[in-house]
Amino acid sequence: MIDIILAILSTVGALSILFASIGILRMPDFYLRLSVTVKASTLGVGLLLICAAIMFPDVSVTTKAIAIIFFLIITAPIAAHMIGRAAYFTGTPLWKDTVIDQLAGMYNKETHELESNGGPKNSEGGSEPPNIAKSEEETE
Amino acid sequence: MITLETYFDFVILPILSISAMLVFIRLYKGPAIVDRVIALDLIITIGIGIITVYSIRADQQVMLDVAIILALIAFLGTIAFAYYIEKQKK
Repeated sequence: MIDIILAILSTVGALSILFASIGILRMPDFYLRLSVTVKASTLGVGLLLICAAIMFPDVSVTTKAIAIIFFLIITAPIAAHMIGRAAYFTGTPLWKDTVIDQLAGMYNKETHELESNGGPKNSEGGSEPPNIAKSEEETE
Repeated sequence: MITLETYFDFVILPILSISAMLVFIRLYKGPAIVDRVIALDLIITIGIGIITVYSIRADQQVMLDVAIILALIAFLGTIAFAYYIEKQKK
C-alpha cells in the first residue's frame, strides 16, 4: 500500500520536473520561461522530498525533508521576482506576439522606482513603447 | 512483479536525467544572460531531486544535508546574479 503511494508521488514529481525542463526549452520568451519553471520545479522537488520523508522511518529525515520543502517554497518566488526585475531593467525583449506590457514607461530609469500614477499611461500614445521583440530569433 | 527499487532505478532517475540534459541545452544557447541564470537555477533544483531519489535508493540519509546546502546555494546564487545584473552599467 505504501509502495503505491510512493510510486504515485514520485511519478508526479518526476513528471512535473520533466515538464518544467521542456517548458524552459520550448517557451518563446524569458518571462514565459521563468513563469513555467519556478512553480513546476518547486512542486516536483517537493513531492520527491515528501517521498523521502515517508520512506525513511526516522524523525530526523522527516524534519530535514520538511525543512528543505519549506526553504524552497519560501525562496523560489523571491529569486524569480529578483531575476525577472533585473531582466526587465536590462531590456530583455518580450515575445513578438505580446498583447500588452503594463509596466512600460512606469519605471523611473535612474532610481528604479515604480511610479504608479505619475508616469505616462502604457496603452496607445504612451511616451515609451514597450520592449517587444521584432522577430522570433531575438528571444529564442 | 515490479518492486519500488527497480521503479526508482529505471523510471524516475532516467526522467530526471533527461530533464537535466534538456535544461543544459537552454544553458548553452540562451540568448540573454538571465536565461542562463534561470537555467542554472533549474539545474541545481533538479540536482536536489536527483540527490533525494539517490538517498532513498542507496539508503543513505546523510545525502539530504547536501540537498539543504544546494538549495541554499541556488537561492544565494540567483539573488547575487540578479543584484549585479541590475547594478551593471551598459
